[in-house]
This record gives sequence, C-alpha cells and structure tokens, in this order.
Amino acid sequence: MIERIVDEIPRFFTWYNTIFFLQAMGVTLALTLIGCGLGSIFGFALVYGRQTRGRLFTPVRVLIVGYVEIFRRIPFLVLLFIVLFTTEGFGVRVSFFGIALIAICVISTAYISEIIRAGFEAIHRNQWDAAEAMNFGRVATLRYVIMPQAWKVILPPAFAYFVMFIKDTALASQMGVLELTRVAKIFNDRGYSAFLTFGTCLLLYFILSYPLTRFGQRLERRLASSRNR
Amino acid sequence: MPHLEIADLSASYEKGVDVLSGIDLQVERGEILSLIGPSGSGKSTLLRVIVGLLPPDSGRMVVDGTPVNFHDKRSLRDLRGRCAIVFQQYNLFQNMNVMRNVTIAPTKIKKRAAASVRAEAEALLEKVGLGDKHDAYPDELSGGQQQRVAIARALALKPEILLLDEVTSALDPELVNEVLDAVRVLAGEGMTMVVVSHEMGFVREVSTRVAMMDEGRIVETGTPEEIFDRPSAGRTRDFVAKILRG
Ligand SMILES: Nc1ncnc2c1ncn2[C@@H]1O[C@H](COP(=O)(O)OP(=O)(O)O)[C@@H](O)[C@H]1O
Ligand SMILES: [Mg+2]
Repeated sequence: MIERIVDEIPRFFTWYNTIFFLQAMGVTLALTLIGCGLGSIFGFALVYGRQTRGRLFTPVRVLIVGYVEIFRRIPFLVLLFIVLFTTEGFGVRVSFFGIALIAICVISTAYISEIIRAGFEAIHRNQWDAAEAMNFGRVATLRYVIMPQAWKVILPPAFAYFVMFIKDTALASQMGVLELTRVAKIFNDRGYSAFLTFGTCLLLYFILSYPLTRFGQRLERRLASSRNR
Repeated sequence: MPHLEIADLSASYEKGVDVLSGIDLQVERGEILSLIGPSGSGKSTLLRVIVGLLPPDSGRMVVDGTPVNFHDKRSLRDLRGRCAIVFQQYNLFQNMNVMRNVTIAPTKIKKRAAASVRAEAEALLEKVGLGDKHDAYPDELSGGQQQRVAIARALALKPEILLLDEVTSALDPELVNEVLDAVRVLAGEGMTMVVVSHEMGFVREVSTRVAMMDEGRIVETGTPEEIFDRPSAGRTRDFVAKILRG
C-alpha cells in the first residue's frame, strides 16, 4: 500500500490538482468565515432584540426565541435541503454555494446568539442596573460595561464553535458544493487511493482550523487581560 | 413640599404577585430615612422603583414637586439624574479602574468636560479616603474600599437623593466602619438619603426617621427613638428585638 501511495504522489500533486484542492480549501474557508462572521453580527442583533422590554416588542421577542430554539435543533444537512427546496419552490435560482452559505448563516446565527446571550448573562445583574441607574442607554451599557467583560466568556465557546463549523461545512458536499471533502471524494473516485486523497483533505482541514484556534486563544488573552482605560 | 413623595404605590416582578403594596412615604429635603425590615420585605425593590429601575404597577411618585412618569424616557432620565444608588455589591464596573469608574458617567453620559470631572473625582476619592487608589481595579481593592469608591462614584453624579442598599452587608465586620464613616460625612452635609441597613446602631445614629417594612408594606414610621424604644407595631417590636439580640 505504501508503495502504491508513493507511486501515486507525483501524479497526484500536479499543478492542476493542487490548485483544485486549494480552491476547495478556499470555498471551505469562505463558507466558514462568511457564515460565522454574518452569524456573529446577526446573532448579536438577536440578543439585542431579545433584551427589549415592554408589550410593544413582545412579538419581536417571541419570534427571536422561536427562531433560536428551532434552528439550534435542526441538523445542518436537513437545513441545507430545506433551503434548497425552499429557494427552488419560490423559483429563485441560487448557486449551491449560495444555498450552503444561507444555511450556515441561519444556523450559526441561532447558535452564536445563544453563546453571546450566555456571555451577557454571566455578568452580574448589578453591573447592568448600576449602568442603567446612571442613565446609560442600552448601547452605552453594552459598549462600556458589558462587552468588555463578556468577551472572555463569549470567545472560548465561540471559537470552539467556529472550528467545529469548519468541519460541518463538509456536509455541503452532499449538495455538490466543491469544498474540501467533495474534492477529496472526486479524486478518490478518479482512482487515487483514499489514504492519499482524504489524508490531504484531513491535513488541509487541520491547516484551516489550527490557526483559527490559536487566533481565538490570542484574542482571548488580549481582550480578557486588557482592562480598558 | 417633600423632596420625595410616594403615594399608594404597588410594584411586582411577575404579574399578580405584589412585592410592594400600598406604599406611602414622604421624605423631606435633607432627611435621612432608613428602611428596616426582614429580608424579602421589599426594601431593595422600593429603592429600585425610586431610582427608576422597576416601573410600579400603580401609585404615584413625586420628586421635588414633579410627578414621575415611569413610562416616559425623558421623565425617567430626569429622575435618574436626581437619584444615585449604591448596591450591596458588584457596583463598580470590573473592567475599569477607580478613576474611570467615577468619571465615566459624568463624561460619557452627561458629556461634561473631562478636566473638571477629573478634578471633582479626585476630591471625592480623597473625601472617601482613597486618594491614592486612582489606578487600582475593583478586584485589587478590599470590599470596603470598593464600596467607598461606589459612594464616590454616586456623588460624582451630583445627586439630590442618595439611595444606599445594604452597602455594608457583604463586608467583613472590620470593614463596615470605614464605609459607614463615609456615609456619616454625607449625612452631616444635609443630603437627602434613603438608606437600607441592618446596622441598627448606625441607623439609630444617623436617621432622621425610620420606616419599618414587612411583606411589601410599610408597617410603621417614626423617629429612631420611637421605632427602637417604643415601637407600636408588633412586627416592629419582634424585628427590632431579634436584630438587637444579634
Ligand atoms: N428580580 C426579581 N424577580 C422576582 N422576584 C424578585 C426579584 N427580586 C426580588 N424579588 C422578590 O421580591 C421580594 C422582595 O425582595 P427585596 O426587595 O429584595 O427584599 P429585601 O431587599 O427587603 O430583602 C422577595 O420576595 C423577592 O423574592
Ligand atoms: Mg435587599
């Protein structure tokens, strides 16, 4: 088997094949970064909306809670097909990449909003009350008081989730998006050994996720220890 | 005209479960009113209503002749501009040093000039005996020091009415007095205060009047002598006897 792999390597790592793999890696990275980036922004917006008060905003809160509770529980693959068939049902033509991206955003928004909410809830109630009693508005309270303290609670689970999501994007291959797993499978189908194709795939996933983990750790250290002047 | 007037006020956290019911209270300018009563009787809740953190379900509140509309932003902002509150613990923003804690609201919220705010903050920190701690973070201070910073921060807002909610209850006994001393200084300066405290000696010494609360109601108000020496309500007698026995 070793012999066969060694024999295949020169044929496998051709210019064309390498580019094909790197492009797939780019797709995986784009799905993860855009998905989680937008998910973070929307997730934050959901938490903000959920904190509204008064009867006027009750429908907003109900919608948000419903959204979060539903989409945290749907398997990613199922959601992919829901998005696919929904867009088709409405006669909208969206690329597979677009569909995967929508699905990722929908799910990561729900997840990340829960992570952010938990971070906010870890801050003692008196910190919110003290700010409010001093006439801080909601934005000022978040900006000056809550966010600087909540970071260290939010970042570890958030980055763990981002890294997990890199892996979950593999499911988009089921739909035909040319991301890492799919490309590995294509090569495998062309006759290259599974060890080589999926081994490369594994290595590239590692190359994607390891720096993200490290970056998360650095950010955590920086933000958690930095006390705002 | 009373500085703070509350009439037939009720409040709740969940609909139907009144935590305060039929509260009537008048605090004159310069008065120091102490609220006493067993845990869970609604003392903190009353302070939260006064500072505009919890809108009451019914009743009236008038500050300095102006009725408060708890559902109007401008009215609430005005109310909070007149009142300042210090809680039992976790008052200070943990991510800011002492100076920043004291100056942030005056500069960022009231938009006052940084230089004059800073000068005032220095004077206030000096007053509470922490002139050398400007750069310390809350977790580097003792509980007593933190509470004194919290008092300085409240004063930096130039409140007309200062609300203190068990500001010494979370402290080790040897730290209680340094905080009470800071409050004594303010008491001598004629600021209107509503104080919740279990330090009965202190309450007796500084209060102009004492109100006894139980189960969301004010059961009795009177001078410290009346409440401690000749309480008329049975609940007050029991409570005072129990507290004084320790
Ligand atoms: N945030 C809250 N939500 C629901 N109930 C509360 C809340 N805070 C206090 N309560 C209830 O209100 C009552 C009065 O509490 P509180 O005002 O804190 O009393 P005290 O300060 O006199 O000990 C208690 O029964 C308490 O359980
Ligand atoms: Mg209390």
